[in-house]
Amino acid sequence: MADASPSSREPFLTLSGIRKAYPGVLALSGFSMSVAPGEVIGLIGENGAGKSTLMKILGGVVAPDAGTITIDGVSRPALSVEESMTAGIAFVHQELNLFDNLDVAANVYIGREPRTGGLLNLVDWRKQREMVAPLLRRVGANFSPATPVASLSLAQQQLVEIAKALSMDARLMILDEPTSSLPLSETEKLLEVIAGLKADGISVIFISHRLHEIERAADRVIALRDGALVGTLEKDEIEHDRMVRLMIGRDLKAQTAPPAHPPGDVALRVIDVQTSTYPSHRVNLELRSGEILGVAGLVGSGRTELARAIFGIDPIYGGSFELAGAPFRPRHTSQAVELGLFLVPEDRKGTGLLLDLPISQNISLPDLPRYARNFMVSSGREEEIAEAQRRNLGIKAPQVSTKAANLSGGNQQKVVLGKWLAMSPKVMIFDEPTRGIDIGAKAEIYKLMRGLADAGVAVMMISSDMEEVIGVSDRIAVMHEGRISGTLSPGQFSEENVLRLAVGKPLQEGGVAA
Amino acid sequence: MNKKDLGLLILIVVVGAIVALINPRFLLPINIANTANLVGMFGISALGEAFVVITGGIELSVGSMIALIGVLFVDFLANQGVPWPAAVALMLVLGVIIGLFHGLLITWLKLQPFVVTLCGLLFYRGIARFYTQDSTAGFAFGQSFPDLEFLTAGRSWGVPNSFIALMIIAVICWVVLHRSVFGRYLYAVGKNEDAARYSGIKTGVVIVAAYVICQVLTVISAIYFAMYTRSISPGSHGNFYELYAIAAAVLGGFSLRGGEGSIIGALLGVVLLQELQNLVNLLGIPSSLNFAVMGGVILLGVIVDQQWGRFRERRRIMESAQGPKAELAQRLPAGR
Repeated sequence: MADASPSSREPFLTLSGIRKAYPGVLALSGFSMSVAPGEVIGLIGENGAGKSTLMKILGGVVAPDAGTITIDGVSRPALSVEESMTAGIAFVHQELNLFDNLDVAANVYIGREPRTGGLLNLVDWRKQREMVAPLLRRVGANFSPATPVASLSLAQQQLVEIAKALSMDARLMILDEPTSSLPLSETEKLLEVIAGLKADGISVIFISHRLHEIERAADRVIALRDGALVGTLEKDEIEHDRMVRLMIGRDLKAQTAPPAHPPGDVALRVIDVQTSTYPSHRVNLELRSGEILGVAGLVGSGRTELARAIFGIDPIYGGSFELAGAPFRPRHTSQAVELGLFLVPEDRKGTGLLLDLPISQNISLPDLPRYARNFMVSSGREEEIAEAQRRNLGIKAPQVSTKAANLSGGNQQKVVLGKWLAMSPKVMIFDEPTRGIDIGAKAEIYKLMRGLADAGVAVMMISSDMEEVIGVSDRIAVMHEGRISGTLSPGQFSEENVLRLAVGKPLQEGGVAA
Repeated sequence: MNKKDLGLLILIVVVGAIVALINPRFLLPINIANTANLVGMFGISALGEAFVVITGGIELSVGSMIALIGVLFVDFLANQGVPWPAAVALMLVLGVIIGLFHGLLITWLKLQPFVVTLCGLLFYRGIARFYTQDSTAGFAFGQSFPDLEFLTAGRSWGVPNSFIALMIIAVICWVVLHRSVFGRYLYAVGKNEDAARYSGIKTGVVIVAAYVICQVLTVISAIYFAMYTRSISPGSHGNFYELYAIAAAVLGGFSLRGGEGSIIGALLGVVLLQELQNLVNLLGIPSSLNFAVMGGVILLGVIVDQQWGRFRERRRIMESAQGPKAELAQRLPAGR
């Protein structure tokens, strides 16, 4: 594998013949790779392909059964956590681990604070900030070390994590799905930061389900499937379709079928609505039954707040909604649910599901009275309907009594869907429906959305994933600072157009936003 | 009955057997009947507390309410000449109002349950003392209310009626909590209020209802306590009773974070607490140690329960780590 590296520099880290088996499953077998200084490696593979096991081996959490790990010429059968740290391997996880209540500098040096005051052993705040400032400059952060973390955006918090890794003299930074919660423009910035790290000779392993980003950032792509290395793409070979083929072992069909019918009547009308993020700006939007309306925009542009307001979670500060032509002012989610307006929220684990409950009870929850006779819940009925949804949606679980917590992300999302599909949806709002879901399950979710639209449901899909917005939507509305900056019809679909509207610029080629 | 409850039951039986071996008086009908009466009275308030704890809340005003309801009820009967059924009804209405008040402060004004009910603890105690001007409320010599006394302090077939009342209430609570739609909502709200709201559940209504149920059951237990002691000194009557109720729930497997616990668990918790109290008396342990024994046992019970839970969780992770999709990645040490 060493010869596969395009870098002229010698690899400092080499894995060879790594094998890790758990009883019944080969998580990794015969896996080899090398990392040269300043190399950006894109690591792709569906969930369960062995990426996590590989990360754990690099982090020193799991010992491989066979193979060697060579760092700077020293070979070992396994790493300990300490050895991994001293070797300069640092992780930036998908879910950030920062302390909201501390400032940036304190987060970077948490547990390693510079001391002063002799026996009093106080934290030297000044020195700490002075030490952090250059790190922040390196990652292109525009905030000071004294900024409280709670006031930073997600993207900025990620920069803090990267600065923290730099402070530990990282040589290899492993970014696990770093862009999955970032908006488009922030993703750009992150890619620049990665380029900066590369220029400093720091290597990066970039794990992402967003293949366009990998295409742009990576020098080399490594694809894992079922625990084995299925292919390596060199810089000039990296392209979207080839990556998909490597990951799933076949071509992925066009993302969604075209709609079966032209869109019907307006199902939901948003008229001059003001939400808490930009109370002075008004949103106007129409959603027709039978269509999938993609809602693109930067994170913080007010998309989630709009969805929450429509669903009756947040109050609105002006304007009104119309549902099927009738005025609609939900003061509580129960009113939206009663009328067949459902939300699949962004935060699956926190708001979409009750993780401790079985699949069946999650599915019955919003419509529980229907499962009851004389106020008593019939668990037989619950299981019957959950079972129907399990078959219908292809939820991979041993039984419907399996706890939602024990399912993979894609299957959890299907359970969230199942709870609404067991009722009769008229308007469905999906907020980032495929975040953190592997590519196979994504395709299934898209198919389900199309199926709903074809059955006459009005579907609104909020998404920060460019591929998804362009590939799935029938129409795209782009939000910028709390209002719709433009709507695109299929002929106008392009990454550039979406981006321009998202940052509040007009469309270029004479074409005016509809 | 789940494993946790079974473990608690075995503990109760083992402790009982040991006490009976050392002091056979433990098994005398009179002792058992007395203990059953206490279990009945404390149990009713503990079940009320359980509804609140399930939602992730807490009700600290139970003891003060028992004192306030006690003095009001006795005074209405003894001095104001209110017929007892009317007095009972009035007290229940008062319970509903106070439960609504607490629930609305918590849901509408978003105050923390601990703060709201701590203020209740102070406030109702103060009102109770003011109402009688700090003197003891009691019945005049010769005053008697045969029906009421039978229902509260009497016995049927040798079983204290307070215990029978507890059993009836427990059956109703069990059905409500473990079988009804409302019970499912209670658990859902306690486990994850946001997710419940995102499923269209009126979480505020559910929480308010829990506080109302708690206060109504507290009022019922207060009437039993009042008719049991028959004289109520508002400064000390019912002191700490909220903590007994919370302790019973915790012993019975409730989590103060909400969403966990069963009616049977709470009942067994009450039984164990009263058994311990009885043990202190019967084994000649200085009664001044009685709180210490109780505290020690609860602490021990909670530690064992926690460790057992962690052991099972570890085993579950080990098992799933051996499955195809080891999701251990999320458990990499934080900050790495």
